[in-house]
Amino acid sequence: MFKKFSKEDIHSRSNIKSSVQRGLKSNFVDTYPGLEPIIDDIIPKKSQAILIKCEDKIQLYSIDNEIVLFQHFDDLVPTLKIVHKYSDCFPKVQVDRGAIKFVLSGANIMCPGLTSAGGNLPEENLEKDRIVTVYAEGKEHALAIGRLLMSSDEIKSKNKGHGIELIHYLGDGLWNLQE
Amino acid sequence: MNAKNILYCGICSFPPEYCEFGLSFNRCKQWLSENNSELFNQLYSDEALANATSTLSLEKEEKISKDLLKKQQKEEARVERELAKKLQSKVTIKRIERNKRKHIISITGLEVFDIELKKLSKTFSSKFATGCSISKTADKKDEILVQGDLSDEAKVFIENLLKEKGLNEVKVEQIDDKKIKKKAAATGAPA
Ligand SMILES: [Zn+2]
Repeated sequence: MFKKFSKEDIHSRSNIKSSVQRGLKSNFVDTYPGLEPIIDDIIPKKSQAILIKCEDKIQLYSIDNEIVLFQHFDDLVPTLKIVHKYSDCFPKVQVDRGAIKFVLSGANIMCPGLTSAGGNLPEENLEKDRIVTVYAEGKEHALAIGRLLMSSDEIKSKNKGHGIELIHYLGDGLWNLQE
Repeated sequence: MNAKNILYCGICSFPPEYCEFGLSFNRCKQWLSENNSELFNQLYSDEALANATSTLSLEKEEKISKDLLKKQQKEEARVERELAKKLQSKVTIKRIERNKRKHIISITGLEVFDIELKKLSKTFSSKFATGCSISKTADKKDEILVQGDLSDEAKVFIENLLKEKGLNEVKVEQIDDKKIKKKAAATGAPA
């Protein structure tokens, strides 16, 4: 989504109303219940979120000069910097070492990269369309965020084709965007 | 639960464990050894390298490192070439006489140094409270035109910009176009 993203894709910025900000916060927590105890650290009560409208109906939300999350249609997605800080609040999957360079070039993730010995999927099923954070064999931090193109159980059973649509990754246009 | 404090690489901006997949691995390593020796040892000491486990076959692992090395060497060569090109280039500030009292200056050669003309033109017009525009010279090079006799001011400003980019050695040349104007217009300025 952000492979070729740059400053030129930004259309406008505006402060959002506090009521809208409260709604955004509760949506964010609804999507990722793990955020509940720390949501006030990410979006403090007295902060002013700035909405940055971009090309392709992408909306970024920035707080204190840091983009913390973005919205694309119904998806509410944290930025990788937030995932790095609060890693345990989001569902995790893991690719094997062989997949890292493909992920870092923005490619969708193939099922075998998740089911091989170096990969990992959670035991309990994750539904199709869930937003997941992507980790890598031998690494501590997430390198990408994506959306499940099939449920995690299906990824295990089919083990063929694209399993995750890549949304945001280290080094993409959003990562490199300076606020 | 507290926010984790994450160190990001000062060269490639990734968490340092991912520097090996970037294009500036050598410079990244150098940076980390100077800025966080603890993490450097954790990632790159002989012991760490010996203990690094991977589920990939040895062949696959070798192929990954070979491909990466090739890419990184290519990138290093590119960076070097580009720096050499920059150091050989110069910025030219030409003072052009419009009539007895009015001058404009034409600044060329900026694009080589990744200086955004649009932005600089805006900065100039507000900083010097004057009109600025971007246009093309006779030989199709991008230029910024600034209204007013501001050659010296522009020189200082651009030199500072270059300094920020670590390009102190780049020359900013000032020329006065008074006499050669007619000739240059007739033959096209030399490249
Ligand atoms: Zn690095």
